[in-house]
Amino acid sequence: MYPAPFQYHRATTVDDAVGMLAGIGEGARVLAGGQSLLAILKLRFDEPTDLVDIGRIPSLDQIDDAGDVINIGALATHNRIGASALAGVIPIISDCANGIADNQVRNLGTIGGSVASGDPSCDWPTLLHTLDAEILCQGPEGARTLDINGFVEDLYQTGLKPSEIITGLRFNRPVAGSGGAYCAFKRCAPAYPTISVGVQLTIRDGQVDSSRIALGSAGLTPIRANEAEAELTGGSLRPGQINRAADAAVEASDPYTDQRGSAEFKRQLVATLTRRAIAIAARRASGETVKNSHEYY
Amino acid sequence: MSDRICITVTVNSVPYEREVEPRLLLVQFIREELRLTGTHIGCDTSYCGACTVLLNGLPIKSCTMLAVQADGYEISTVENLEKNDMLHPLQEAFSEHHALQCGYCTPGMLMSAYHLLELNPDPTDAEIRKGIQGNLCRCTGYGNIIKAISSAADKIQELTGGDQL
Repeated sequence: MYPAPFQYHRATTVDDAVGMLAGIGEGARVLAGGQSLLAILKLRFDEPTDLVDIGRIPSLDQIDDAGDVINIGALATHNRIGASALAGVIPIISDCANGIADNQVRNLGTIGGSVASGDPSCDWPTLLHTLDAEILCQGPEGARTLDINGFVEDLYQTGLKPSEIITGLRFNRPVAGSGGAYCAFKRCAPAYPTISVGVQLTIRDGQVDSSRIALGSAGLTPIRANEAEAELTGGSLRPGQINRAADAAVEASDPYTDQRGSAEFKRQLVATLTRRAIAIAARRASGETVKNSHEYY
Repeated sequence: MSDRICITVTVNSVPYEREVEPRLLLVQFIREELRLTGTHIGCDTSYCGACTVLLNGLPIKSCTMLAVQADGYEISTVENLEKNDMLHPLQEAFSEHHALQCGYCTPGMLMSAYHLLELNPDPTDAEIRKGIQGNLCRCTGYGNIIKAISSAADKIQELTGGDQL
């Protein structure tokens, strides 16, 4: 399968890329690792006139985890993030990075591409909701920062303006006493998740101080399950409370029937994975080491 | 039509310069421009792994990369495994252990296995399963592939004391 013909441009800096995109106009698309875009182009779901390749812009693949604010460059590949020191200390990052598709895809696919694609099946947007991440963008009018919440507006639609690119992701290092887990159900390694759930909990004196619950592949966008979070906050994670949170997550989900399963099957997965992710997040919050929760092989 | 672009890609240690259409996929470049047909096109959707090659030493799916993206980079394909008319121990082991039937997935399987043994010369069966997670086989049920990779690992250790061939 070949994509429809297009002109190819290789950008050497962020400004260069933004300038090219602005000059070309609405027919241009940004190419990074290509693991989402090329599949779309080969199936001719999209036929851009031009591709602007940002894949070789230097230093856009750096991971800065020296301080309390963590920055991940847009071009950091899933495998680079999965093998980083950051993934060693924040297990939910390892869950996500090392569980995306398979080794080959993780060597090319980037975190920026995963977010920019606006695909509710991509793992990073869901995961980043649990960390209240910010998206660093640059466009013809300069740099700006967007909230991950609401960034994916509709299927494949994001808050990026024309000619704007993602340069990085930023979030606060989870505080002591917090733990997270990202659990996905996949039919096999290379597949997108049928459903995924990310949970981040902060527990103080045995009580949930704050919680974040986000659902992937459960609707047209990643979904933040606010009601489910409210069920957990202030409680001590008794089984009844976890079940109520799982029920609320199911309420928040809006899955559709497709080749990965029926809507009803997916709703059951939301409940199961929410309970599983809460349990793992709570164990991690208490200091226990729990191995990758998303890894599939 | 789109403007053709001149690229230089080193494949199996040989530099090739070609003018290509930007939409040419890396796997098509390897098979049709360079006539190295060991690398197979399977699902063509980055799922099955039959088209796996090493890009700067890392396994990737060459059906989901443009040839222009590989400009200036090094590629290694299944043709690079055989040296001086001698099969690589992985290839020998696949043959000995009946790790292929139709053989369609084999080039990709071998490249993933090669990379796995580079990183981990003595993998457990679980590590081998993880190492070939991106390669689908519809004939063997994987059991014999895992045996073959494990046996090749032992053979390489024996031959080299641990250094990759």
